[in-house]
Amino acid sequence: MLTLLGACLLALLGLSALGVTGRAPRVVFLGCAAAAAGFGLAAAIALTGDGMAATALPVGPPWAPSLVALDPLSAWFLLILAVVAVPALLFAAASPAPPPAEGAAFPLFLAGMAAVLVAADGFTLLLGFELMSLASWALIAARHPTGVGRRTARLYLAFAAFSGLCLIAGFALLAPAGLGFAAIRAAPPEGWRAAMVLILVLLGAGSKAGLAPFHIWLPLAHPAAATPVSALMSGAMVKVALYVMIRLLLDLPGPAQPAWWGLPLIGLGAATALIGALRANLERDIKAILACSTLENMGLIVVGLGLALVFRGSDLRPLASLALAAVLLHALNHAGFKTLLFLCAGAVASLAGSRDPDRLGGLIHRMPWVAGCAMLGAFSAAALPPLSGFASEWLLLQSLIQGWRVAEMSIQLIAAGTLAVVGMAVGLAAAAMVRLLGLVFLGRPRTPRAAGAPDAVGMMRVALLLPAALSLLLAVLAAPMLSLTGGAIRQLLGANALAPVAGFDLVLGDAGARYAPWAVALLLALAVGLTWLAVRRRSSLAPTREPAWDGGFMPPPPHLPFGDPLSQVSAMGLGQPIRRSLGRVALAIRERHYPAMPGDPATATLRVDTEDRGFTQMLYPLARLRRRLSRRAEALRGRTLRINLSLAFGTLVFLLALVAWLERG
Amino acid sequence: MGIGELPYDVAHVLGGAMLLVSFVLLYQRRVASLVNALALQGALLAMAAVWQGYVQGAPQLYVTGLIALVAKGVLIPIFLRRMMRKLAPGHHTEPASNIGLSMIGGALLVALAILVVLPVTTGAKALAREDLAVALSIILLGLLMMLMRRSALAQIAGLMTMENGLVLAAIGVAGMPLVIELSTAGLVLVAAVIAGLFARVMHERFDSLDTDMLDPHRGEGR
Amino acid sequence: MVVFGGLITQLLHLALILAGAPLLTGVVRWLKARLMGRRGAHPLQPWRDILKLLRKRPILADGASIVSRAAPYLAFGATLLAAALIPSFAQGMLLAGIADLLLIAGLLALARVALALNGHDAGTPFGGMGAAREMTFAVFAEPALLVCVMVFAVLAGSSNLDTIGAVFREGALGLRVSLLFAALALVAVALAENARVPVDNPATHLELTMVHEAMLLEASGRHLAVWEMQAALKLTLWFALLAAIFLPFGTASAGSGPLLWSLGLLFWLVKMGLLALMLAMFESAIAKMRVFRVPDFLGGALLLALLAAALIFVSTGLA
Repeated sequence: MLTLLGACLLALLGLSALGVTGRAPRVVFLGCAAAAAGFGLAAAIALTGDGMAATALPVGPPWAPSLVALDPLSAWFLLILAVVAVPALLFAAASPAPPPAEGAAFPLFLAGMAAVLVAADGFTLLLGFELMSLASWALIAARHPTGVGRRTARLYLAFAAFSGLCLIAGFALLAPAGLGFAAIRAAPPEGWRAAMVLILVLLGAGSKAGLAPFHIWLPLAHPAAATPVSALMSGAMVKVALYVMIRLLLDLPGPAQPAWWGLPLIGLGAATALIGALRANLERDIKAILACSTLENMGLIVVGLGLALVFRGSDLRPLASLALAAVLLHALNHAGFKTLLFLCAGAVASLAGSRDPDRLGGLIHRMPWVAGCAMLGAFSAAALPPLSGFASEWLLLQSLIQGWRVAEMSIQLIAAGTLAVVGMAVGLAAAAMVRLLGLVFLGRPRTPRAAGAPDAVGMMRVALLLPAALSLLLAVLAAPMLSLTGGAIRQLLGANALAPVAGFDLVLGDAGARYAPWAVALLLALAVGLTWLAVRRRSSLAPTREPAWDGGFMPPPPHLPFGDPLSQVSAMGLGQPIRRSLGRVALAIRERHYPAMPGDPATATLRVDTEDRGFTQMLYPLARLRRRLSRRAEALRGRTLRINLSLAFGTLVFLLALVAWLERG
Repeated sequence: MGIGELPYDVAHVLGGAMLLVSFVLLYQRRVASLVNALALQGALLAMAAVWQGYVQGAPQLYVTGLIALVAKGVLIPIFLRRMMRKLAPGHHTEPASNIGLSMIGGALLVALAILVVLPVTTGAKALAREDLAVALSIILLGLLMMLMRRSALAQIAGLMTMENGLVLAAIGVAGMPLVIELSTAGLVLVAAVIAGLFARVMHERFDSLDTDMLDPHRGEGR
Repeated sequence: MVVFGGLITQLLHLALILAGAPLLTGVVRWLKARLMGRRGAHPLQPWRDILKLLRKRPILADGASIVSRAAPYLAFGATLLAAALIPSFAQGMLLAGIADLLLIAGLLALARVALALNGHDAGTPFGGMGAAREMTFAVFAEPALLVCVMVFAVLAGSSNLDTIGAVFREGALGLRVSLLFAALALVAVALAENARVPVDNPATHLELTMVHEAMLLEASGRHLAVWEMQAALKLTLWFALLAAIFLPFGTASAGSGPLLWSLGLLFWLVKMGLLALMLAMFESAIAKMRVFRVPDFLGGALLLALLAAALIFVSTGLA
């Protein structure tokens, strides 16, 4: 096992060196795919058989060797990494050759994520986390030497640095005895130290996972990267942050933490889910829509994590394992369908030439394979039965509904309120997915380029079909997959915790609710098939084609072969009902209406500017504060020498006093 | 007394219905519907009082119920309706603003009332505890309504809702003395406020508080 | 024997709802017409329409893709499966084990998405507008439904509809304000889901505010027939859902025989008739609201559901 993992990691480092030269990019990506498949193999072995106990590496920081291990929890997330990475890398190999920096950073990005997952001590974990952050920043920056993209990369780097710092501080508080996980588990934090750990982990891992209010970088950074990188960031990197959160909140601080630990997670998760799902309905870039949907899904997952903490703290172990199963299964399902969707978006962007839905449309006629895959992914993301997204969201909703079993009435009320918000987010996600499909694949082409787009062929088609097949498989085999998480659930919740599975069904132990994906798929196929047969028996005439009736509007003139582009709903138009009814929850919206004046040939226009409230209410005030502080600091330069000296002297005395005080304690 | 027993259930339903009417009041922008809802709440209060009188075997609560029915179910609504007719037609609806916000606020207030009342009243009878929680919610909703709404009629509605909530709390507690006095005093207060408002409306419309100014306008509302 | 009985009831139930769905639509239209002083079409008229549409040649719009041809069957199949899970005259049907309310909500969402995609398919302004509005309404309807499910789960211990119906029929619950609130919330959701007044008007085309019909403007022939049948089935489904939860008396329990089944059928028909009458009266009495008031209306439903949940926590906390 160690040999396999080590070989994969070393191969990635070697591929990175090859990538720097810029030669043979396909080899680099295919090699990375092979390494990722190796990770998947190791994870599968660890999940079905025995994992790997903590092993010391010959390298490491001066004070102790680095430790690596593969327990069921890491193995599950390593599997998620492989599920995302293999198709994404195949897609990368099928794309035109990237700049050399990207070829060098890509293997490092993968290696960083894998290092976080197999680390068994704080130092290795943080090292991997920083490697992952820096490599992903390089991947964004490599595509954007200047302009808006570069600013996005800088914003991302700032957030990455912030989350890294918070995690370092969190580990410092967690590990007074030693950085090894075993040492931390032996001395769990208590009191204010535990609370500080919670806050720091929420800030550090939470900002990486896109939790509100630190979500603002995510819808900007994920779409800015190349498609395979976007898929990896949205499908795998946020999951790595989630893994860190689970590790540092559920595993290392031990089972004795109080129930209220879950409440901030539930609140932040619900807010993130709502904001993400809302923004997914308003974005005007197909990859940004998908990134916002990632926010929504991460929010749902974090709600589940919070519920698991609450249930564990209230001694409701079966319910805690239900919520944790929802978290783990949804993480995997989301990895599957989000990779699929991002790769479909990338195929559309490269083959139809745009990511703006207002320049696409009707692609189902020209790209049936891509459209079919995208529909499968979108249906999963919209949590429609019997597809994979529904199974995990069913578990999550059931665990929220079971929230009433906690004896505290305040928690019951919170569960009911969260259920309402989560339900709203799920509905919004479905609306966003319908909007995406409708704009990009259905209707009429909006530009000549979209009308002449070719379908994905060769390796690109394979890269799309792989996650599509996986999503289908996950849909029907949700229960057997979930039973693989049994080890992780036992590891986190105690030896007699069980995954909520019976055979091929998902079941709730005592509540008796049951979801049988295979039965639903079968019955649905039966119902649709029999209806089709019955209807076709009575009505066998082949359909004819006519211009759309369109409520009696005139057919378009001959110089508009695809119809009048203005008479098809635009991306903004489709989002209008939601923007008008809910938009202000997440966005600062400014609408300006320029009416058509009598006699003026110019058309009436409506200009809508939206900005995330995270910017207007957190980042801009912070920037203003920084400017004010720097102006103050500037003012210091004009002081006389004596004042400058006294300032330095005062600082020195203060520091000495601090040292004296610390030594006394 | 517990769930599934008739005394508890009927009181529960009546209190819940009053709470529902409070939300209707919070939501409703049309003054005519506001007055109707207010009358309905008064009638429900009367029914609750009579029911409690029957359950507790306390005949003075029948009197409270009668007062509530006659004054709040019939007289004040009629009076308010008359006053409404005096308003310009433009004032018959209020501009819809912040409905969502006030509804969410209302829901949070109900949750707060529940969380406050239940721990405090451990040991009391289930019926009384539940009634108290509902009554406190109604009072808070009335206060919220007075805060969120601008028109004077809606303010009166808020005040009356608060008073209804107080009386509901009073009748729910077995053996509470001076219930009749309490409800009468509340009524007098409401009547005084209505009278004051009436005076103000008159003042705005006729620039005078002299009721003789009304005489030339007699029969105009019809 | 129990399995056999379950199979028989399941098949009878399917036949009943399939035959009854257009009839129910027809009865509602007829009642509405009578209440408004018109004579009204025969209650069998929807059936006649559907059969006639099946004989006609379907016409596809120029931009239409396979979605227009597949969506009606998908939506109908999902609705049919959902309807098959909701007990009508007898409980303990073959599929009772998976009759989870969340699954029913999911299947309805699947049908809704198929309908919305059908609206998008031809690339017409009406279709896209209707689809956007339909999905927006669902954003508010779905949480209300979920919170209602929570209320039922607290009372019955499960989100399985069969269990809920059985527990509620035993009647050990008494009069519950929370159930009253949940019933009102669910009725509001049902009105929105079925595109009835005040959310949408099922009787009009080409109003600026139409939602459901806007997505079907390009459907014709057998596709339109399937859509009409789907809409009728959805109405039946919601009526049956309301009856199964709030009016569970008279339904034959699991494992009972044909005598109790026919009694249950009689009860069910009476309940359906009552609900149809109530719907017709409500629709005759009230006006359609502006589209942007609908979120307020459904938000009110959500609020009622939350209140129901809060009150149920109070009473379970007291018991």
